[in-house]
Amino acid sequence: MSELSWWVLGACLSAYAIKLCGYFVPRTVLDSPIMSHVASTLTVALLASLVTVNAFTSGQELVIDARIGALAAAIIALIFKAPYLVVVLVGALAAIVLRATGLAA
Amino acid sequence: MTNLLTPATKMGLSISIATGLYGISFGALSIAAGLNLWQTVALSALMFTGGSQFAFIGVISGGGAASAAFSAASLLGVRNAVYGMQIKQTLRPHGRHVPWMAQVTIDESTAVSLGQADGAEKRRGFFTAGIGVYVLWNLFTLAGALLGEQMGDPAAWGLDGAAVAAFIGLLWPRLTSVQPVLIAVSAAVVTALAVPISAPGLPILFTALCAAAYALFTVRKAPAATEHGRLRSVDEEQQ
Repeated sequence: MSELSWWVLGACLSAYAIKLCGYFVPRTVLDSPIMSHVASTLTVALLASLVTVNAFTSGQELVIDARIGALAAAIIALIFKAPYLVVVLVGALAAIVLRATGLAA
Repeated sequence: MTNLLTPATKMGLSISIATGLYGISFGALSIAAGLNLWQTVALSALMFTGGSQFAFIGVISGGGAASAAFSAASLLGVRNAVYGMQIKQTLRPHGRHVPWMAQVTIDESTAVSLGQADGAEKRRGFFTAGIGVYVLWNLFTLAGALLGEQMGDPAAWGLDGAAVAAFIGLLWPRLTSVQPVLIAVSAAVVTALAVPISAPGLPILFTALCAAAYALFTVRKAPAATEHGRLRSVDEEQQ
């Protein structure tokens, strides 16, 4: 095997070990009332962070492109209580339309 | 059928398709970066965490050392450990399931699970998104690696817009009062501030650390969840 192949396998092993780490935190620690307060705060923060990364970033840059239109369209769909799948499709459609019409990159 | 297509499984399937198709661009870019077919397939099957995979091939294609690619990929994967803690706390998996559940503990499966209100739905959401993304991501990685750039850019199909909508759709139901809205807005601002100054993937981790610190500082003011009287005793110890 080439040297690069060994690094690929090593990185895969490392990624898996990191994933396992979270599961090794003792249940008694996770179950404490403090941790459940931390967890509920963390949940909202993580989801908001994922939205931000997916909507406004490209590598290490903050960018405004068709995805902000997708975000706005999805929020409108959510305000009108659209089902989840419709929200996702509205997001995709908004990005396609904005690019096709040249309104956004 | 009623049990198969619950809101959580629908969310899981939608996000699986939106994310899985991105495997095409990973496969194509990995080959273009100079990795061979088996290395490309191994990254999706074994590493299976998109951000880290893109970081690994990004370093290689930029002419960087394999050890640097290893470090970048590992660093970006650290947020999965935070996800693992969240999943362990909410799903309470049996020990024998942990080895494979850990492998599918990624952005999408965690987000779909955390986005649900009740326990059974959290479970369905995690498994549908975890397994769904795993299967599609690997299939489309192979397709991308074999067909290369003929497949084009997934952004042209609006998939990046679908991903944004998928995540806001999971966050939205949680924004029921002022407190979560403030947390969400703060998290978005912290993430945006961290993006230009840190490697991709790290802003999420940094935001998680800030949120955890904030939660620890405000825990006394939180409505007392004193099921076991433990919060009270900890408070007394601190005084």
